Amino acid sequence: MNLLKISWSNIKHRPMNTALSIVLLAFGIGIISLMILLKNQISEKFDRNIKDIDFVLAAKGSPLQSILANVYHVDAPTGNIKVADAKKIIRNPMVLEAIPLAYGDNYEKYRIVGTNQKYPEHYGCVLSQGKMFETPFEVTIGSVVAAETGLKVGSTFTSVHGFDNAAEGDADAHHHDKPFTVVGIFETSNSAIDNLILTPVESTWLVHEHGEEDAAASIEPSVTADTLGGHNHEVGEAHDADEDREMTAYLIKKRNKGAFGMLSKLAENTTMQLANVAVENSRLMNNFGIGLSAISAIAIVITILSFVSIFISLFNSMKDRKYELALMRTMGGTRGTLFTLIIQEGLLLVTLGFALGLALSRIGLLILSNTMKDNFHYGLDKLGITSWEVLLFGITLLIGIVASLLPAIKALRIDISKTLSNA
Amino acid sequence: MLSTRQLEFKYPNGPSFSFPDIQCGEGEHVLILGESGRGKTTLLHLLAGMLRPSSGAVEIKGEITSKLNDSALDKFRGQKIGIIFQTAHFVESLSVIDNLMLAPFLSGKHSTKEAAMAALKRLNIEHKANEKPSSLSVGEQQRAAIARAVFNQPTIILADEPTSALDDKNATEVIAMLEDLAKTSGASLIIVTHDKRLKDKFPKQIVL
Repeated sequence: MNLLKISWSNIKHRPMNTALSIVLLAFGIGIISLMILLKNQISEKFDRNIKDIDFVLAAKGSPLQSILANVYHVDAPTGNIKVADAKKIIRNPMVLEAIPLAYGDNYEKYRIVGTNQKYPEHYGCVLSQGKMFETPFEVTIGSVVAAETGLKVGSTFTSVHGFDNAAEGDADAHHHDKPFTVVGIFETSNSAIDNLILTPVESTWLVHEHGEEDAAASIEPSVTADTLGGHNHEVGEAHDADEDREMTAYLIKKRNKGAFGMLSKLAENTTMQLANVAVENSRLMNNFGIGLSAISAIAIVITILSFVSIFISLFNSMKDRKYELALMRTMGGTRGTLFTLIIQEGLLLVTLGFALGLALSRIGLLILSNTMKDNFHYGLDKLGITSWEVLLFGITLLIGIVASLLPAIKALRIDISKTLSNA
Repeated sequence: MLSTRQLEFKYPNGPSFSFPDIQCGEGEHVLILGESGRGKTTLLHLLAGMLRPSSGAVEIKGEITSKLNDSALDKFRGQKIGIIFQTAHFVESLSVIDNLMLAPFLSGKHSTKEAAMAALKRLNIEHKANEKPSSLSVGEQQRAAIARAVFNQPTIILADEPTSALDDKNATEVIAMLEDLAKTSGASLIIVTHDKRLKDKFPKQIVL
């Protein structure tokens, strides 16, 4: 026999009230904790994808879209830009590094991105098998792509025209017949590259040149740094011969402050635009944050309701239980015993509700994660307890105590003689 | 063992009572008789330390109970006094046997489930041990309440109208049990009642 057992029995003795309190609290806490998890994990994922990329040079359009498309790979690109035009900007001394991206094809909805080795290097990608792509039609694939498609080193496949979100059977979705060969697989980096198929830029050009047999020969592997004009530009994208070729975007790292204004000016009166990653990202997170705040507000209301429910449930039970509480005093229980008993019942209720809430938020996260994986190839799978939730638990316990305080004081003040003689 | 001196009690804005002095030796059985409104329950609550007297004193085993502070009094009562109320009360969420175990737990004494089971067996309700008190009949409830009151082996058993809700057969049984239990544990027994059926059963009587 201990006090916790008595508290627990009392809670079980009022199953309806207990269930109402716990379910309300679980939903409130579940939603709040889900919002925290979502916000943390999405912004963490986004931050990892941004990783020192300052600007995106892409075709004119929505700057936010150009970030979503080229940094996070969750949206379609704004269009293509001419390599010749882009060079005017990326060869500016203010550009520290420019990583080329050219895409338009997919394999089983995973994007085939033409780029150079700077791209995986930028995200610190390490090969788990095979080697890095070098010549056209060699691909190195992300870990998620490998796991989901079953492609292995040595596998070959043909691409489908269109973006990852183009449905099968679209008029656009015709197959190309030049096969790609998998030469390597990356380890998981938790960046967008996990979901990408990387190949030299030339492959994405050649794949659309049916019948031009000599085209491949005219393009050399171009992974060496371009040392034009004595500057050691780490651009390394394509040679002058490719200048009328097209590129989807360049991810740019700036050399110094103030580069954005300067480079933006260069992009004026062209078909290109420079999008500032930090600005667009904070705008995105703000918009996203408003949605989260609205949902969190609802969750907070539900949580408050659950505390009201706990309060009413405990308070009402005092009426039925005053005889047994007085009785416990006659058997040697002190006022402190009764006070502790009632507070403990409140704490048990909020702890159960909180635990159920955490379970609900994890289930919610898994469901959302699966949806996001299907739609965006974006997984959210960190199910551990966050420090936010520890804080949330502290607050929950505190409010649990507050909700049970008045009933506990009522128990403390019971006049045992009067209660037991009026029976 | 138990004695009172010039015990008086006044309810705030209510009646006031003064009680005759009571002497109850170790193992002695005393019947306190009185009509309704004579302050029987008040007296029992004073003896049990559930009320503090307006004047006078209650002395139990050399301890003047009104001098103890609230929680010391609660513990003293839990350890030394077993109380049987007019209506049996239980912690409804606990089984009958757990209600018994509550007595040693709350008063800080040690006991075992086997001892509780044996106590229920003496009162022929061991088959109800794991049921909730509300599923017991009134007679069974009263027996369970008696089992609980004596379970801590108190030095004094106080009973408030233990038979008023019972028919003749049950009343006789319950009184026999009470006397028997008090005798085997050597406890003093004080019964306050207006039940005339008990009049012939106790030689020592005090009339209010």
